[in-house]
Amino acid sequence: MKEKPIVITNNPLTKSSLDGRFDVIYKEVDLVDVLIVVRDYIHKGHKLLTHPLMGSIKPNQTPYKSVAISKKNYMDIDIMSLEIIENSILKAKAMLDNKKLPQWPKDALEDFSLIDYDLIKNALI
Amino acid sequence: MRLELGKIFIKDVQFSNQTKVENGILYVNKEELIKEVSGDERLKSIDVELARPGEEVRIIPVKDVIEPRVKVEGKGGIFPGFISKVDTVGSGRTHVLKGAAVVTTGKIVGFQEGIIDMSGEGAKYTPFSKTNNVVLICEPVDNLPQHEHEEAVRMVGFKAATYLGKAGMNVEPDEVKVYETLPLLEQVKMYPELPKVVYVYMLQSQGLLHDTYVYGVDAKKIIPTFIYPTEVFDGAIVSGNCVSACDKNPTYVHMNHPIIEDLYERHGKDFNFLGCVITNENVYLADKERSSNYTAKLVEFLGADAAIISEEGFGNPDADLVMNCNKIEEKGIKTVLVTDEYAGRDGASQSLADSTPKGNAVVTAGNANEVVVLPPMKKVIGHAEAANVIAGGFSGSLREDGSIEAEIQVITGATSEVGFGYLTAKGF
Repeated sequence: MKEKPIVITNNPLTKSSLDGRFDVIYKEVDLVDVLIVVRDYIHKGHKLLTHPLMGSIKPNQTPYKSVAISKKNYMDIDIMSLEIIENSILKAKAMLDNKKLPQWPKDALEDFSLIDYDLIKNALI
Repeated sequence: MRLELGKIFIKDVQFSNQTKVENGILYVNKEELIKEVSGDERLKSIDVELARPGEEVRIIPVKDVIEPRVKVEGKGGIFPGFISKVDTVGSGRTHVLKGAAVVTTGKIVGFQEGIIDMSGEGAKYTPFSKTNNVVLICEPVDNLPQHEHEEAVRMVGFKAATYLGKAGMNVEPDEVKVYETLPLLEQVKMYPELPKVVYVYMLQSQGLLHDTYVYGVDAKKIIPTFIYPTEVFDGAIVSGNCVSACDKNPTYVHMNHPIIEDLYERHGKDFNFLGCVITNENVYLADKERSSNYTAKLVEFLGADAAIISEEGFGNPDADLVMNCNKIEEKGIKTVLVTDEYAGRDGASQSLADSTPKGNAVVTAGNANEVVVLPPMKKVIGHAEAANVIAGGFSGSLREDGSIEAEIQVITGATSEVGFGYLTAKGF
């Protein structure tokens, strides 16, 4: 039995496909800012449900990111969730410092979007 | 479980009017091969080209690499769950066309990488520059969904390797190697004085282009389980992934698993190799908890004194690697981890997205962020334009002269996390 999630995403495909089935928070921000939104929710007592660095496509390769957190906010902050999100933010920033996100053509962007959506879908459904 | 691997050494591959192996040459009847792998209405066309070591040839984007093998004696057939029925494999005798490989190429997504250069700088980074490659170029029908496309190309690779493997059915192998693992209690009794070692074999299992299959089952859906090492040599584990090609295990690598082969090499001498525990690398954190708990429980149950743990991929799997390490170590069992690194171009950044003080014995397969310039090649098999939009490349990474500037993560197998590669470190 999986916990009821909130999906935080900057991926329009995730939004359009999962909205209605789950709570979806859609933000038109870059990938690191999605992770920061997730971190803020974890500080409020929500638990991380999916790994923020899912997929082999690195944070400096894809602009899209979808992360699921628990809909319920607990009394205590979940330390493991906090460690994972903080490490993920650090690693994502370090990778973007090493190499910037390229300007991708439209078809590549669509595929990045599809992979991000497919992975979160596989995790939740 | 006892398996004889009969290796038929292949030093060249040529087209011919008959598919056969003669004097170390694999002759391929192109029309027959295409007929054998055709029939999937999702593919518009399939073509075959050959690429040999030393040639100025680039294959891009590589989907999978598969070794031609054939079951000569014993239960089942190669690639159970896909080509053969799901009989338990890994015993009897299997013939291998050693030195030959099937390479599939198909542009499934718009940013796809996976490069094999048969000569030049890039050839030094991929083990598949040393194999005689039969390359299957698959073109999908219009608007084929990516999932369908991936599956269709995956199956073409298995079918081609099976077809070519049959050419070795009645050929006397140049070398026969025997691998044997006994049922647990007998195996433990065999070398009671030696430390007992289990291999924890982590499989990429996240979704589209990030999947692995065990006897036809999606590895996302397994709970960790025991597998005899020789089952792997018969294709019980196959690849459905190719994104970030440097540290993904193509099917060829599963079939020739170097950690398993090395463990067998010292089996009965330095330690008692009990077998493998396969586990997954799911995205959902509760799955990670369950799988790592199960893995640690199984390793303990098997009576291991030590475990070798290899991961497949970066980021999400780092969490699984660390959980497996912590939970196995907490049971008093020593671990050695095998991974690669994303440590920035200068190699100075933290390598993984997670870490643990218990991970005090780690083998690295190299830094995937290392930048390399691949010289132009006379011939490109696959989709030359794919090089312009590779996830590990730079914007416009395909230069006018045909050379490519990219991180080595774009090269198939460059930082193989089971050590199936050439990168090494030397002290001076």
